[in-house]
Amino acid sequence: MRDDAGPALGEEAVNDVTEPNEVHPRSPDMTWRHGAREALPIVFGYVPIGIAYGVLGTAAGLPGWAVIAMSVVVYAGSAQFIAVSLLASGATAVAIVATTFLVNLRHILYASALSPRLQRMSRGRLAWLAAELTDESFVMISRVIGSRRTSIDPTGAEAGAGGMLPFGLVAGLQGTAQLSWVAGSALGVAAGSFIGEPARYGLDYALVAMFLGLLALQIHGRREVAVAFTAGLVALGLRLLGMGTSGVIPATLIASAVGLLFVPPPGRAGDDLPAAATSSPGSAGGPR
Amino acid sequence: MRYAALFAAMAFVTYLPRALPFFVLSGRKLPPRLLRFFEGFPVAVLAAFVTPLILAPGGHLELNLSNLDLLVAIPTTLVALRTRSLIAAVVAGAVLMMMARAVN
Repeated sequence: MRDDAGPALGEEAVNDVTEPNEVHPRSPDMTWRHGAREALPIVFGYVPIGIAYGVLGTAAGLPGWAVIAMSVVVYAGSAQFIAVSLLASGATAVAIVATTFLVNLRHILYASALSPRLQRMSRGRLAWLAAELTDESFVMISRVIGSRRTSIDPTGAEAGAGGMLPFGLVAGLQGTAQLSWVAGSALGVAAGSFIGEPARYGLDYALVAMFLGLLALQIHGRREVAVAFTAGLVALGLRLLGMGTSGVIPATLIASAVGLLFVPPPGRAGDDLPAAATSSPGSAGGPR
Repeated sequence: MRYAALFAAMAFVTYLPRALPFFVLSGRKLPPRLLRFFEGFPVAVLAAFVTPLILAPGGHLELNLSNLDLLVAIPTTLVALRTRSLIAAVVAGAVLMMMARAVN
């Protein structure tokens, strides 16, 4: 079922901007399920990478419970890979925690960008959603916002004008994603000795493929091209200078500033809006 | 127990940047220009992640045919564009990479 109906449905829901019941408040149960469905592409990326992480963690000498526990309480892919290799090389706890902080600092960007789009909710719920925020969930949630913007709030510029995310949708999406990450980690721990080197199966490439796919599907106009190009160039330069994952932060800030240059003057239709609108009939045509 | 304390500390420093903006910014009216700035983030983040991964997988620039990460990226992207399905892209990427490594 996952192979045919599931993926198609997930994609359709993301792209189908005309779905009217997205706009109206619906039961919490429905929004949770909708969120879980939107997470399906993430699941396909997280399970294989989780397996790779579980295998490497076990190979690095960590007890199986610790490998899985890290996926539960820390839940940050790249930081976990780095922590495992640091543990294996005998790094101090202080060094591991400091590295984790630097690697995960980029989440401040995601949380900042999402907060104006969150429906008014209790602090407890905000605290919950913050715990499961990742690179992939941020991008998927942004896609949901994008599809809503075209259907209910064509200007899209103003938070509160419609494209607001209910708690259940975000929690369902992120909860499903973390579940798949923990499940993948556990599978990797369990299968570690059978699998051997995860790279042999192309598992390590699953996330790269997901980033590529997400990027390809999000480029609608000149603004996105300019942002992507700038971010890629800056990130590449920083990587070549020896910077790790934290290079994502300056790259994102600079590229998004460049994107502002493409914001159309008021009174004219947005550069990105016609593109977003034209993308909908194509995707509404249904998956092949 | 050593792991429990370590993971707790790691979880704490990971949680801070995830949670602070939620508590500070949510429910506030932000200037439209800032919101427009935020709108660039998803595409920027993706490009910032993926470009070094495929162009400099070993930390140095590899613009050649033996760079499998780059080679496989091309059909993977085409699959994504053609099918509009992320799952198809992920499966195609992993399978093609497995095949490419087997051939190499």
